[in-house]
Amino acid sequence: MTGGGRVLDGALVRAGGLVKRFGDFEAVRGIDVDVRRGEAFGFLGPNGAGKSSTMRMIACVSPRSGGELSVLGMDPDRDGPRIRARLGVVPQQDNLDVELTVRQNLHVYGRYFGLSRARVRAKADELMVFAQLSDRAGDEVEPLSGGMKRRLTIARSLVNDPELLLLDEPTTGLDPQARHLLWDKLFRLKQQGVTLIVTTHYMDEAEQLCDRLVVMDDGRIAAEGSPTELIKRYSTREVLELRFSPGEQEDAQQRGIAELADRVEVLPDRLLLYTDDGEVALEAVHGRGVRPASSLVRRSTLEDVFLRLTGRTLVD
Amino acid sequence: MPRMGPSFAETPMTAAIGSTGTGGRVVSSPRAAWLRVEGHWQWYRRHWHATVFSGIAQPVLFLVAMGIGFGSQVEPSTATRGMSYLVYLAPALLVTGALQNAVGESTYPVLSGFKWQKDYLAVVATPITPGQLLAGQLIWVAMLVSGNGLAYLLIASLFGALAGPGVLLSLLVAVLTAMACSAPIMALSASINNDVNVFNGLFRFVVMPMTLFAGTFFPVTQLPGWAQPVVWLTPLWHGTELSRGAAFGELGLWPAAGHLAYLAGLFTIGVLLARWRFRRRLVV
Repeated sequence: MTGGGRVLDGALVRAGGLVKRFGDFEAVRGIDVDVRRGEAFGFLGPNGAGKSSTMRMIACVSPRSGGELSVLGMDPDRDGPRIRARLGVVPQQDNLDVELTVRQNLHVYGRYFGLSRARVRAKADELMVFAQLSDRAGDEVEPLSGGMKRRLTIARSLVNDPELLLLDEPTTGLDPQARHLLWDKLFRLKQQGVTLIVTTHYMDEAEQLCDRLVVMDDGRIAAEGSPTELIKRYSTREVLELRFSPGEQEDAQQRGIAELADRVEVLPDRLLLYTDDGEVALEAVHGRGVRPASSLVRRSTLEDVFLRLTGRTLVD
Repeated sequence: MPRMGPSFAETPMTAAIGSTGTGGRVVSSPRAAWLRVEGHWQWYRRHWHATVFSGIAQPVLFLVAMGIGFGSQVEPSTATRGMSYLVYLAPALLVTGALQNAVGESTYPVLSGFKWQKDYLAVVATPITPGQLLAGQLIWVAMLVSGNGLAYLLIASLFGALAGPGVLLSLLVAVLTAMACSAPIMALSASINNDVNVFNGLFRFVVMPMTLFAGTFFPVTQLPGWAQPVVWLTPLWHGTELSRGAAFGELGLWPAAGHLAYLAGLFTIGVLLARWRFRRRLVV
């Protein structure tokens, strides 16, 4: 690393023993993270795991309470504005200026990055095409749908051609169609070489977007790897989900079906049997005279990884 | 450039985005504050009409009702410094209007930046710092109040309410008085979260009594003796004294210096407080 904020070793973000405290409460309890140029990196964890606090420290709007942090090869405590000039930030809650038009939001924001009027105008046109908002360019933001506002927030974060894009819960609160549209946009950005850091409590989002992720729980990192690595390491290939009529789940547990799988998770509404072959396990379950109300064989997901690591589900 | 499907192929940004190094840079502090003013101007271009009533129409209505209507019953006397009540009132209403205008702009709109619309959070995610954001906010309020004050003076001149060109100096005084209130109130707005009753209290128990009793409509010498020192503590009294003095050209050097020092001092303390509160609220 050199004084010019140039990153030679490819790590755009490097955190060591990073801590964030709010009074007596420790939100982030000493995490180590390396984010490499060009990758999509995820923080997966439930609400309150410390993901957003970590993101705000990386975004240079929240001073760290302890540990080391470098972003784009610079120290956020010393070079906040210089780092922020090269970041794109998509906050958890949209904070657009809702009384301005779509185009004005992009113009005004771009100017904060020291861009010329001509550059901002051209950039806004490009970004409105990207966000599929060109036909709403002159409309105020207030009446736009949630998905449109989210797309505009993402477009706005790209106005300075950021080297690193920080997305805090990018699709929370959106309907499935809007989520898929956004994922598509983010995937394209990644293909263009933008480094992404995403926080999410949706395992499907993490699987869709992230090359590599850390599972966070209670301010700490519980595991790290690619989605497939994590699933391989902490779960089986398949999962057999069994649902029962009220009262019958305990009965089934007593018939020893735990022996039929590598591991069984007991949830209030269903049993999860972890096994490499779900169909075989289901036959064996039937063989023991257990008749579930419904059954489902599926592949393991990050949700299963999280359950294994913490004993809890991601979304309560 | 990789081809990524029909809808995206026509997007020209594919080559531009990413680690091209053509992106943002840090601008100087005055420039950063000015960019924030530019943002407000973009808002004003669309919504200026929403500011006309509180900023211009309200003081004009007071001038018409009190200055012309009520004033028709008032004989020029030593209490009105020998002038018609309309001419006596006009420079004071300039200050009162500017102050009310600035207080309005420093309460709900500022709290909204932190709490409802949260657009301040968006600003400080850019190279702009909380202090620069505050500076831009203050400059904008000063500009808005100046423009509205000028409009008020133009209208007042049509009624023959202006004593002479000294009222242009009164306009500067009005802006200073307005900003002396704006800065500490921005500090207040940056400090409250749910309790917007604080704003109601501010309007009812500070701004309104100040407007009625701090020398706008009648000389404070008419108040009971115990009330006068209270009035001396209000920025509005210093502002109206200066404003009338400038408009009528009859203010001594030392009283003027005293009034100016009070207002400048209040403004300075307000700015320091607001800078501290903005930083505390935005950098956590």
